[in-house]
Amino acid sequence: MVYRSHVLICNGTGCTASKVPEIMARLEKALAEKGLEKEVKIVKTGCFGLCEKGPIMVVYPEGATYCHVAPDDIEEIVNEHLVKGRIVKRLLLGDKDVEDVAKSLDNVGFFNRQVRIALRNCGVINPEVIDEYIARDGYMALAKALTEMTPQQVIDEIKKSGLRGRGGGGFPTGMKWQFAANQVSDQKYVCCNADEGDPGAFMDRSILEGDPHSVIEAMAIAGYAIGANQGYIYVRAEYPIAVQRLQIAISQAREYGLLGKNIFGTDFSFDLDIRLGAGAFVCGEETALMTSIEGHRGEPRTRPPFPAVKGLWGKPTILNNVETYANIPVILLKGADWFNTIGTEKSKGTKVFAIGGKINNTGLVEIPMGMTLREVIYDIGGGIPKGKKFKAAQTGGPSGGCIPASHIDVPIDYDNLLELGSMMGSGGMIIMDEDNCMVDIAKFFLEFTVDESCGKCPPCRIGTKRMYEILDRITSGKGEEGDIEKLELLAENIKQSALCGLGQTAPNPVLSTIRYFRDEYEAHVKEHRCPAGVCRALLKYFIIPDKCKGCSLCSKKCPVGAISGEIKKPYVIDQNKCIKCGVCMDTCKFAAIEKK
Amino acid sequence: MKSIEELKAIRDRTLKEMSIRDNEDKMRIVVGMATCGIAAGAKNVMNAFIDELNKRNINNVTVSMTGCIGICRLEPVAEVFDATGEKTTYVKLDAEKARRIVAEHIVNQKVVTEFTVGAAER
Repeated sequence: MVYRSHVLICNGTGCTASKVPEIMARLEKALAEKGLEKEVKIVKTGCFGLCEKGPIMVVYPEGATYCHVAPDDIEEIVNEHLVKGRIVKRLLLGDKDVEDVAKSLDNVGFFNRQVRIALRNCGVINPEVIDEYIARDGYMALAKALTEMTPQQVIDEIKKSGLRGRGGGGFPTGMKWQFAANQVSDQKYVCCNADEGDPGAFMDRSILEGDPHSVIEAMAIAGYAIGANQGYIYVRAEYPIAVQRLQIAISQAREYGLLGKNIFGTDFSFDLDIRLGAGAFVCGEETALMTSIEGHRGEPRTRPPFPAVKGLWGKPTILNNVETYANIPVILLKGADWFNTIGTEKSKGTKVFAIGGKINNTGLVEIPMGMTLREVIYDIGGGIPKGKKFKAAQTGGPSGGCIPASHIDVPIDYDNLLELGSMMGSGGMIIMDEDNCMVDIAKFFLEFTVDESCGKCPPCRIGTKRMYEILDRITSGKGEEGDIEKLELLAENIKQSALCGLGQTAPNPVLSTIRYFRDEYEAHVKEHRCPAGVCRALLKYFIIPDKCKGCSLCSKKCPVGAISGEIKKPYVIDQNKCIKCGVCMDTCKFAAIEKK
Repeated sequence: MKSIEELKAIRDRTLKEMSIRDNEDKMRIVVGMATCGIAAGAKNVMNAFIDELNKRNINNVTVSMTGCIGICRLEPVAEVFDATGEKTTYVKLDAEKARRIVAEHIVNQKVVTEFTVGAAER
């Protein structure tokens, strides 16, 4: 069935939460009323990446990209665009005056600087229809591997491509596969780490929601390469849409014989199962993840032996991240040499980042390795809201660190980020402006690791807790001389003695903020002052007498009656009563109140 | 799935359906579908274009609609844009004429002069 128009609607988690189910229902109804259901096809897709502008809808053949679509806009889109062929300009993304909207999506700065490999099908295909994945050369790489290549040739190609783990560690994927392939065993396993836990990172969810078959295909290829016939996808139960689409995709692949026995008529058989995680951050650590799949409490164990030697149920196992797998089919089809042309010397290919925080275009972007932070923030991210000054970018989540404004022109790759005291991590990137307090940020991430520590080893269980207590003291104005040094000492000890990656990297946010923003820590400790004006306990609100008109508005709004004075004369805040809620500052029409 | 040929068959079949989502430069047929056009039978004309393109397995031509061009007396009107943007305006169409435009203009790259606005106005 060929339709004259395709209407693509983002069904990712973000847009779904913004009334997409209602929009879909209204659209179906409106099309039926106009008798257009055989002419216009509605296509559910995964995330387009521009979550800030969601819900997103793209109408082909014109390629008109509508953003912030509301259920009430549907009637107009159907009547104007789908019936009369007139594009609804007020809903268009980007430059509304451009006559030729046919290429609008590709012409927007947010998209045209990206190189989409792992996200190649997200927002392009319907993830619940296997044929659409196949139309975009899906499962061709598996066919090529099984019929034209030996397992060793597959591993050699991945090694040559220089692909490194996209989940955080950055370990060369080909080497990992080689270790597992070299093991002699009656049973081996292929696992996928979809236990995405970094606050703010959601690229793995997006890939599973938008292109689940790319992961399935890559895991089958991995199975062929190392000699495994069973795989497990460990995904968190908090990703219901991703889990549902994975289940649909797996059953479709089985139906087509792309999973199961004698795939493509060869003697290779491979099947997949899903294991749901309960959402513990530590289960993203490889040994804890496998312990959890085995049905035990998710706690890490010492390495070596590494999973490639002794993994799931004691058998050789490879574990790769979702985004890593999504790269594999493309590498096999287009070749390692092509992949090598993208990226930097030691970091090949692309990386997906979830950009959040103080940035205009919040969303998901895939950039070639080696792009500078400046390009990401200003060209793709659209800059900092309200013209504020960029202060730092936090990468790597609770395991990473900050890149200060002075390093904004450093090319982003694995090694440069490590050198700066941060890390690539899974690709969360939180942009901070001058209003963010770095001590507060460090405290936020440390609080997360304290909560998520599994408790097996004391350095992580007790050490991070003590660090958190010191930070809490500093931010509430009770910092003592020597606190910063204590933090540094504790951090170094935890890094060296914690059992797993979670504990070993937990002090990173503190260490990197001390490294670049020591003056802010010192201001908190020595002067009991928060330079960014965030830490409430250290703030004081004042009325500037010259600016105060004596209108009494703040006095009326103050919830604790801390402001007093005479009409038409400057008012005063009683510091003993003030609870630092900031209501007076928001209320004042003359900007007569300042905090410091 | 027993062979690559089977996989390729699915790919080619689905690709045809999905080609509408490509943003590459290609030929476009734009049919005037305002009140005047619809009243004069533009819907049949558009369906004929779509049907004929499908029959001939032509994937690189899109059919879309537009509003009133302003020559209501010559409706149904359709314009064919080739890949370089060159435009041919056909007027007073019906389903049969639409099929001939596909055969001669789209397939054989020969403008059907007798249906063009120039011929009608002479």
